[in-house]
Amino acid sequence: MPIEVEIITGRTIDQGKTVEEKLTEEYFKAVSYCELNEEDFRSLGLKEGDRVKIKTEFGEVVVFAKVGSVPKGVVFIPIGPYANQITSDDTDGTGMPLFKGVKGVVERTEENVKSIKEILGVE
Amino acid sequence: MENVVCTFCGSVCDDGVFEDGDVRKLCALGKSKFSKKERIKAPMIDGKEVSYEEAIEKAAEILVEAKRPLLYGWASTVNEAIRLGVLIAEKVGGIYDQCASVCHAPGTLALIEEGVPGGTLGSVKNRADVVIFWGANPVEAHPRHPTRYSVMAKGLLIKDRKNRKVVVIDVRETKTAKLADIFVQIKPGYDYAIISALRAIVKGEKIEADEVGGVPVEKLYELAELMMNAKYGVIFYGLGVTQSRGRDRNVENAIKLVQQLNRKTRWVIWPMRGHYNVVGAGEVPAWEVGYQFAIDFSRGYPRFSPAEFTAVEALVRRDCDAALIIASDPAAHFPRKAVEHLKKIPVIQIDPHPNLTTLLSNVVIPSAIAGLEAEGSVYRMDGIVLRVKKLVETEYWSDVQILEKMYEEVVKKVG
Amino acid sequence: MLWIKNGIVIDPKNGIEGEKMDIFVKEGKIVEESEVKKEECKVIDASNKLVVAGGVEMHSHIAGSKINTGRSMRPEEMRVVRNVAGKFRAVVGRVLLTAPGIGYEYAKMGYTTAVEAASPPIGSPHTHEELDAIPILDKAALPVFGNWHFVFKFVSEKDQEKLQAFIAWAIERTKGYGVKIVNPGGVEKWMYGSNVRTLDDEVPIYGVTPREIITEVVKANEALNLPHCVHIHCNNLGVPGNYETTIETMKLVSGMKNENRPVLHVTHVQFNAYAGSSWRDVSSGAEEIAKYVNKADNITIDMGQPIFGHATAMTGDAPFQFTLHKLIGARWSNKDTEIEGGAGIVPIVYLPKNPVHALQWAIGLELGLLIDSDKVVISTDWPNGGPFTEYPYIMAMLMSKRMREKELERVSPYVQKASSLPAIDTEKTLYEVIKMSRSLPAKILGMENKGHLGVGADADIAIYNINPNEVDPSAEYDLVNKAFRKPAYTIKDGEIVVKDGELVAETWGRTFWVDATKKVSMEAIEADLDEYFQNYYTVERINFGVDERWVKKPARLEVS
Repeated sequence: MPIEVEIITGRTIDQGKTVEEKLTEEYFKAVSYCELNEEDFRSLGLKEGDRVKIKTEFGEVVVFAKVGSVPKGVVFIPIGPYANQITSDDTDGTGMPLFKGVKGVVERTEENVKSIKEILGVE
Repeated sequence: MENVVCTFCGSVCDDGVFEDGDVRKLCALGKSKFSKKERIKAPMIDGKEVSYEEAIEKAAEILVEAKRPLLYGWASTVNEAIRLGVLIAEKVGGIYDQCASVCHAPGTLALIEEGVPGGTLGSVKNRADVVIFWGANPVEAHPRHPTRYSVMAKGLLIKDRKNRKVVVIDVRETKTAKLADIFVQIKPGYDYAIISALRAIVKGEKIEADEVGGVPVEKLYELAELMMNAKYGVIFYGLGVTQSRGRDRNVENAIKLVQQLNRKTRWVIWPMRGHYNVVGAGEVPAWEVGYQFAIDFSRGYPRFSPAEFTAVEALVRRDCDAALIIASDPAAHFPRKAVEHLKKIPVIQIDPHPNLTTLLSNVVIPSAIAGLEAEGSVYRMDGIVLRVKKLVETEYWSDVQILEKMYEEVVKKVG
Repeated sequence: MLWIKNGIVIDPKNGIEGEKMDIFVKEGKIVEESEVKKEECKVIDASNKLVVAGGVEMHSHIAGSKINTGRSMRPEEMRVVRNVAGKFRAVVGRVLLTAPGIGYEYAKMGYTTAVEAASPPIGSPHTHEELDAIPILDKAALPVFGNWHFVFKFVSEKDQEKLQAFIAWAIERTKGYGVKIVNPGGVEKWMYGSNVRTLDDEVPIYGVTPREIITEVVKANEALNLPHCVHIHCNNLGVPGNYETTIETMKLVSGMKNENRPVLHVTHVQFNAYAGSSWRDVSSGAEEIAKYVNKADNITIDMGQPIFGHATAMTGDAPFQFTLHKLIGARWSNKDTEIEGGAGIVPIVYLPKNPVHALQWAIGLELGLLIDSDKVVISTDWPNGGPFTEYPYIMAMLMSKRMREKELERVSPYVQKASSLPAIDTEKTLYEVIKMSRSLPAKILGMENKGHLGVGADADIAIYNINPNEVDPSAEYDLVNKAFRKPAYTIKDGEIVVKDGELVAETWGRTFWVDATKKVSMEAIEADLDEYFQNYYTVERINFGVDERWVKKPARLEVS
């Protein structure tokens, strides 16, 4: 069963370390996952290494799922191309997209996580 | 080489030691900055290797022929390069925008509304007995900020970590929260409401609710008490405040809280700026043309409008027909719809490293890494200027060299 | 080479008072007639025109973090379009201006040199970056010393040797020109939420007082014999009754003497010339101050004249800015800076019908009128008092009682009882206002080649469409006001940059800085510098300051 969540994005140390090496496996690993609350993780029937599909009104993306220190109902994704498939492009007149706090749904999926080039649509 | 200035984050630590291609004393991010990485090998036009001169001329041609080119990025280069970028944007009647528009520009909008009562990092180190991180996670984004400037830093009046209370306010228990004396977990999107509640308490009003934004009211009273009893307090706010519901209004509200607190004691507030020279990317255009970001020159003079001339807005509304992207990677960091338009228009990229934007650029111009292969001045998150150094020789042209040549070519074409 | 022919020259430094004469220019300097080949000269016909030295701005906030934060926080100021990009840069700004705009607008008024009046030392690289973005003008910057902990330390130790060494070190490191003091001790007290109220209030930790800071710093400045005297923004700025503090401050240097210039320059005195005990009974203290300054032989001031309309208060006097924010409820920026001091910014507007604003306006003029013209310099303390582009208005007002009477009709009647302006009959002469805007500021700054037209001077020249021997500024104040706004020519280093009030060339001036390091032993302060940088700064000592090679056109003045 899909669950409703609020999606937040942010920096992580691994994302930072690899930010100037975006075409590497390390960067891919640093940005292609999300963190869920342990309870949400279990209720989606997930285990380490599983994938989830996250959908918002702005798009959808498949990422790896991990347990993280987020409250129930909140999903964290490191900033980057995966997060940006689903973040809001509405800036409310400020120029700033709503990178934190977009509502969406998360479900377990068998689909694969796309490569960065596939995400960008250049391959 | 000692006293090396790091060109990763807004902390701009200036005590690195560079030896044999390796750097000491800096954090993991700083170390990665100075480590060997894949580089863009040569200038390219449509994937074909060309000379710098050819690539730059082609770039100038694209910029001059476009009706309204977007010149975006600038947060990870030196002021001298930024200045040339502003001049080029003015010459070609384009849009100048910079990374802040997707980071801390809401803080600039709040500055416009209320001003910013702030201080340098040295003021915090020397005086702050209460430090609040609000929606900021320096342990992962500015790893040495806590030791050099804020949490553990010792100075004139603060001689020991015990002399200082550290509060973290966030929607999740970040690594920074683990350093705090007090962690206040809030519901996403409730920053504004919580700040309003604190303002009310500081003003002496009663809160008629049990909780605000997921925080029990007793806890808010305690926090307000702590703030009022501080001798010198600081709120460092991060993207948790500027990128969530309320955006600029969250910051504005926090500034009003700080204004109020200054009627009782001393408080300052400051943004945790991300890239090492994102401050310069706003300061330089401010003195050259009057504004920090979202600047359009299509009428021959600068106009400022975040709702129209920020990169995301210009791309989402397909309001630009070419782009020069420098020292930044919007293809990775902009919402999908904005990237869609970037894929459709001619893109010029200037960057030392290949990234997602490289994959959709028509003209790619590799550059020297500022702070390692090129020098120049940069502004730390608190506006303090540091001169980044050239530590090693390189064949790559610096951003300044590239843009000087590009400016020359542009002037040749438009007069 | 230039031959400026038949102009009517006023050159107070050289005692020339409206003489018809020719001026010759070669390689950016004013030279003897015999130095030029007349057939190779570009001839400027200055018949019936006033020929004077380029104006010298000695107190304006033209560069650095304050003015730039002001721009960022006031986009409404930047919406006025002054120039569209083309041959010259696009320029926007109402009272605040972009850096290119500052150069253009001063030049368009016949001014050719300007000094940034308050540069935070650690911010000096920023100040220089902005100075480098200002075209045409020659420039300099004054680093701020009065709340710097090194100064507190050396003053508290009564160690003149160290204080002198430190000042020399700091001016060299910041590529500064002289010593500025802003609310000494008061800004440090602001770090604890208060301010000093008298010259004898003590600074926390160090126990020093404003009296001691000012006295010792002036002594050090004189011992170093720096070209510029100490330039002070007094304590208690903006507080009714503060004229007494101002006079007390002036008295601190009594008995001290310098042959070439004053020993203390008290800046934007209008803001420090209030009598009374509150804003309800505030009145002018200008007469008292004028009496003191006229009698003293070692003090000069500048006016800090408010101009009705928009302005932005920005000073290193952080506690005052907070008070202003509370008083008028406007936006407020503040910056506490390491262990050096602070600053604040608050937008304001001066309204003619507001009794206090009208009084401020009157006090500025009183100072300009009552003080001898070899002791008072024209200034608005841009952008604190308003636009510098209104200097022609100030000059015209000082020269015409009739103009003042007309202006008095539109301002609050409060000035009638609270100031002496309506009763002042003095009308300064053209010669005097030229002195107040040229030779006097140059003399106070110790810039020998500025502010005059003698042989050897920099060829910075302004030519205006008035004949001083024919015009009657008292009656023809409109004509005078207009003429000073639109020079027939502005010449910078021998190049014509403005013609008929329009910009015709963009040149780049020098940045003057003073090197007094040879006069002191740096050894004396090595250990103190290391200790303070290590413990209290957030940058390494070696990364502090500005190297000469980073500055576009540096001009070093060595003090020996």
